[in-house]
This record gives sequence, structure tokens and C-alpha cells, in this order.
Amino acid sequence: MDDRRTPLARARGLGSAKDGVGHWWAQRLTAIALIPLVVWFAVSLVMLSGADYATARAWIGSPLVMVLLILVIGIGLHHGQLGLQVVLEDYTDGAWRVVWIVLVKFIAAVFGLAAIVAILRIGFGG
Amino acid sequence: MAEFTLPANSKIGVGETYKAAAGVKNIKTFKVYRWTPDDGQKPKIDTYEVDMDTCGPMILDALIKIKNETDSSLTFRRSCREGVCGSCAMNIDGTNTLACTKYISDVKGDIKIYPLPHMPVVKDLVPDLNVPYAQLASIEPWLKSATQPPTRERLQSPEERAKLDGLWECILCFCCSTSCPSYWWSGDRYLGPAILLQAYRWLADSRDEAKGERLDNLEDPFRLYRCHTIMNCTKTCPKSLNPAKAIAEIKKMLVERTI
Repeated sequence: MDDRRTPLARARGLGSAKDGVGHWWAQRLTAIALIPLVVWFAVSLVMLSGADYATARAWIGSPLVMVLLILVIGIGLHHGQLGLQVVLEDYTDGAWRVVWIVLVKFIAAVFGLAAIVAILRIGFGG
Repeated sequence: MAEFTLPANSKIGVGETYKAAAGVKNIKTFKVYRWTPDDGQKPKIDTYEVDMDTCGPMILDALIKIKNETDSSLTFRRSCREGVCGSCAMNIDGTNTLACTKYISDVKGDIKIYPLPHMPVVKDLVPDLNVPYAQLASIEPWLKSATQPPTRERLQSPEERAKLDGLWECILCFCCSTSCPSYWWSGDRYLGPAILLQAYRWLADSRDEAKGERLDNLEDPFRLYRCHTIMNCTKTCPKSLNPAKAIAEIKKMLVERTI
């Protein structure tokens, strides 16, 4: 497009979004939370290796494990979609940027909710 | 948005070679980006052999010697020749720096000189910096105070003044901004390290009364948060300043006022 705007009009654009600090802060907090959660999750999986179905089910049924699993899934997916949004802002443009960002958020929400329902169902013996 | 190849009209070809005079022993070869808007040609690299026995020690000395003695059409900006004006910022040996403070002897082999990366080129080594200058204007880089001006100086404690060290020295050469991939990809909306360091220079000034307004204008996914702490800015700064730290301080201030 032939851009005849003045440099100042280009620099000012549509003005500040007055948004971004929440995203940035949430990215850091979820990153910190994921350090112990992922370590716990990895150690748990290793300890469960070779366990039979009943043992694994009983493990998920413990209230503490349910809470921690939901935290791993929820915080992990939230962190992931925040990060992917930044990547998409860098590498996509225009209408596709909006489509991709919305899609990533929807997918994260569906995956997260599905995983949480599954954990609760197993945990409550459904 | 990210671009990984040069546009077709920016592909660089091979240009002229200007040999040193016969009998010259101490030769250094300069390969310089050339482009002019006048002839409809693509950019090319001209090669100049320069007699080091009659040349000053800096890259700028060689460029001036080439312009004076070999090829008067070679175009570049220069003024103070001592690292204060920021005019002769260019990409030398793969790094953005000032031609006047970069020693020829610091470069091994042939010396490749290009304009600052990812800016429109006006001619040869002269980039169009109108957008970065307008971005500087957009952050309103002057003291803002609603209080009745004092009859004498606006006072600062030595500690308050010390917070401006490492900020006021910036000469706005834009070596940092044009080394930043985020600024390459999103330079229309991201302010870039040079402008954000200037923005922090006023946020850090105890005499300024417009911090909230300044932070409001910076809090934006593109203006500020395109910085992913890549650190090219700090690595390349010819004045050894730390724009990445200034940006981190702005991000900290924004969190500080929310919690």
C-alpha cells in the first residue's frame, strides 16, 4: 500500500493499547509455578512406570494428586497459550494474526477443560 | 512481521573494484554497499583497496580517504568524528557501530561495510531514520512538570542524579534499534531499544512529574513488549550502554504500579 502518512502519524499509530503488563506478569508467574509442578509431574510419572491400571487410578484418585494434576494442566496450557500469542504476534500479520491467536486460545481452553473433566472423573471414580 | 529474505529489488550484486596504485605495499580491502535511487539498478558491493600507510586508524578515516581520493560518489553521514554525534553509525564487519570509533586494525581480513540493517536506504550508507526520529518524538523526550518552575535549578540529590548515568550518554545513533530482530520485524509498532532507553531516561528522572502518563503510553504489546531480551542492543552499543536493562526497568515499573 502507498503509505503517505507522516512519520509521526506512523509512530503514534492508533495509540497505546494500555495493555500488556498483565500478560507479561502472568507469563512470569506461570513460569515460576511450573518449575516445581513439572518436576513433581516428571518424578511421579517415573515412579508410576510399570505400575498397573489400578495403581495408576488410585494415584490419580488422591485429592492432593488431583489438585496438582489440574494445576499442571491448567497453568501449563495457560503459560503455553501466552507464549504462543507472543510468537504469533512476532511472526504473523493482519487478519491471520487474529485468527491464529483466537484459535490457540480456544484450543487451550478446550484441551484444558477436557483434561480437567477427565481428571475429576477418574478421581471421583466416574 | 518477520522477513527472512531480502526483497527482489534489494538483492546485492558485485560492483566495481578500485585497485590501489602500483607500488603500494600496505593494502587493506574495503567492500562497501552501494545503491543510488537514480539509476534503477539493484545494490552492489564496490571493492576499494586503500593504502594504509597514508590512512588514519579509523574506519571513518578510510571512508573519507576513499571519498576524497578514489570515488567522490561514495555517500555516508559523518560529523564529529569522535563518537559524540552518532551520524556515522553503520554495519561494519557484521556489527552495527560508529565508523569513527572503530579501529581498522580491529577487523581481520577484508572490511565489509553496509548501512544500518533493515532501514530504507536513502543512498549508499545513508539510512532513512525518519520513523525512529518520529518514534523518539512520540515519547515526548523532555522534562514535564506541572509544578510552578523554581526560580533557580530544579534540584536533584546526587543519588537521584546517579540514576541517569548510563542513560544520558545515548547519542541516538540507532545501532541498537537496527540490530534488534524485533525492531526489524515490527519496527512500525515496536519502539525499539534506542527509544525505550530514552523513555526510561525520563522515567528515571526525579524531576519529571509525568511518569504515569509516560507508562500509560508505553504499556502496549507492540510498543514495549516486543522486547524478548535478545540483548543484541546491549552487545552492539558503541557507547557501552545497556538498553536491554532500561527496557527491563520499564517492565518492572509497570508491574510495580499494578501490585
